[in-house]
Amino acid sequence: MKDMDDQIPRTLPIQSATFTNPINAEIRRAAATGIYDIRGGGAKRKVPHFDDLLFLGASVSRYPLEGYRERCDTSVTLGTRFAKKPIELDIPITIAGMSFGALSGPAKEALGRGASAAGTSTTTGDGGMTPEERGHSSKLVYQYLPSRYGMNPNDLRKADAIEIVVGQGAKPGGGGMLLGQKISDRVAEMRTLPKGIDQRSACRHPDWTGPDDLEIKILELREITDWQVPIYVKVGATRPYYDTALAVKAGADVVVMDGMQGGTAATQDVFIEHVGLPTLSCIRPAVQALQDLGVHREVQLVISGGIRTGADVAKAMALGADAVAIGTAALVALGDNDPKWESEYQKLGTTTGAYDDWHEGQDPAGITTQDPDLAARLNPVEAGRRLRNYLKVMTLEAQTIARACGHNHLHNLEPEDLCALTMEAAAMARVPLAGTSWYPGKEGF
Amino acid sequence: MQTYDLEANGLRGLNATLQSQSTETNQTSWEVVNPKGSHAIAVGLDAPIEVTVKGSTGYYCAGMNQQATVKVEGSVGPGVAENMMSGQVIVDGDASQYAGATGHGGLLVIKGNASSRCGISMKGIDIVVHGNIGHMSAFMAQAGNLVVCGDAGDALGDSLYEARLFVRGSVKSLGADCVEKEMRPEHLEILKDLLDRAGADASPEEFKRYGSARQLYNFDIDNSAAY
Repeated sequence: MKDMDDQIPRTLPIQSATFTNPINAEIRRAAATGIYDIRGGGAKRKVPHFDDLLFLGASVSRYPLEGYRERCDTSVTLGTRFAKKPIELDIPITIAGMSFGALSGPAKEALGRGASAAGTSTTTGDGGMTPEERGHSSKLVYQYLPSRYGMNPNDLRKADAIEIVVGQGAKPGGGGMLLGQKISDRVAEMRTLPKGIDQRSACRHPDWTGPDDLEIKILELREITDWQVPIYVKVGATRPYYDTALAVKAGADVVVMDGMQGGTAATQDVFIEHVGLPTLSCIRPAVQALQDLGVHREVQLVISGGIRTGADVAKAMALGADAVAIGTAALVALGDNDPKWESEYQKLGTTTGAYDDWHEGQDPAGITTQDPDLAARLNPVEAGRRLRNYLKVMTLEAQTIARACGHNHLHNLEPEDLCALTMEAAAMARVPLAGTSWYPGKEGF
Repeated sequence: MQTYDLEANGLRGLNATLQSQSTETNQTSWEVVNPKGSHAIAVGLDAPIEVTVKGSTGYYCAGMNQQATVKVEGSVGPGVAENMMSGQVIVDGDASQYAGATGHGGLLVIKGNASSRCGISMKGIDIVVHGNIGHMSAFMAQAGNLVVCGDAGDALGDSLYEARLFVRGSVKSLGADCVEKEMRPEHLEILKDLLDRAGADASPEEFKRYGSARQLYNFDIDNSAAY
């Protein structure tokens, strides 16, 4: 009888597509600890992205520009609407806001060095402006955040632009949390908080709510800074058409739209992965709002969230952005998640490329930490050089594509240069599915 | 005394003029007439001058003030003296929401009542309200002193950090992690000084002190009901 049983075909073990091993592991972790997972970075789930778009190079109907001979300009001016001194950048790739506190002092210095060497701007973050950051950044955007940590009018006047942060792509509608491990003496002093506590950043500004108030807040900031510098309004991508329109109505010089792949120093994983829009999907509605109001190019649009390559830059600009901002990619260029720290990542229970416990302050690369010994691992001069190189490469890549499409400036890229590989990307970017002249939502299906 | 007619000459000229005063200026006394509820009056000042606004103002009057004394002979809209660093702002009438929000220093005196979220996220400013204050006042207040000679509304001091709250009248309710604390001699001394400077007719012994229980300083799942 036993011999017969051995001959009966057996049902193979089947893993659930719903209760996957990672999901089950998270259930067990939650059950053991009673707390949700907090991490850094942006959305890791796969969402329609710039990879789902392709450029249509020149052909009979268009002629290309010579790659190494004919000019393809990259400069951009931000803040031309009201500011007396708009920001003029050599390249349309800026460094997004990341705080001293979330990042080490050397990391902030490196961002300033790299951005300045590449002719672009960097941005403060929650926690205020440090003298080192100002000193190493030729163009520095000062973030005006709900927490107002370290906020003071003297630093405000030292800034080359002010960015009013309404939200960010990793957590639109959410505040922040800097865990006690990263609240060093200096961070605590800058934020007027006791050392070692979990420091919360509010989700709403304390002294205004809604677009009408925002208009008055912008007036106040302009009055304090003599209308000298541009005022950006940064939003996490959720309702890009209306948020852009309302930011314009409130008087913004620049709208910064941050998609869900945009990083954060520390936020609940459930927030990062389940709230917000993919970056790809928010550009065309934002541009549409600017066009409907007759201010496209007068109010500049900066797109961020998952920008990695010159191709991403070119695609964002082809869809109507004036510039992009990078955060996570800049940290990688500095040395974040570098394989040379693999043994240390292993000790932390993770691996190269997956390390995202930026909030715990144990970053082997010395970037997302306030531990003096770890922070000392990052040489700001060398890291700044790596960032400069990376920015240059991205710019060259974007120029390569623009020339191939026949454009002598990155701003001349246009939606007609693109096609989509998937229906989703075609719908979001409003460019035709490859090989067709149609995209979802367009008549003629 | 220099007089500036806001209606006739505009906001930009007013702020540019006041902001251009140096610490050594002889023109220390300014009067602003016809404010008519305008926003952002006398913002970003940074000199030891005295500005008197002859009437009521809109949002953010005396925002980010440094060194200057700004007196308002009327009531003020939302965000008076927001993010003040130093100096004094004195309001004869009432104040709307967010009075003294995120202020780092200086003294804000409101001789009438203050609306909701007075002292929200305050970071070192001293605020004395002769009358009552509205709900959610001193929310996430980090440092400084909030003195209320009247009553306080709901959720006073919610998610408080290290700011000190003194209330003479009733408190409708305390916010998360805000508790009544012992009034020690050093607190009475602080309170007396603030009441004297604010011209408030009240005795320190009549007040109760409130502060942070410090139970929410580090995340604990057992406190989830408070979040």
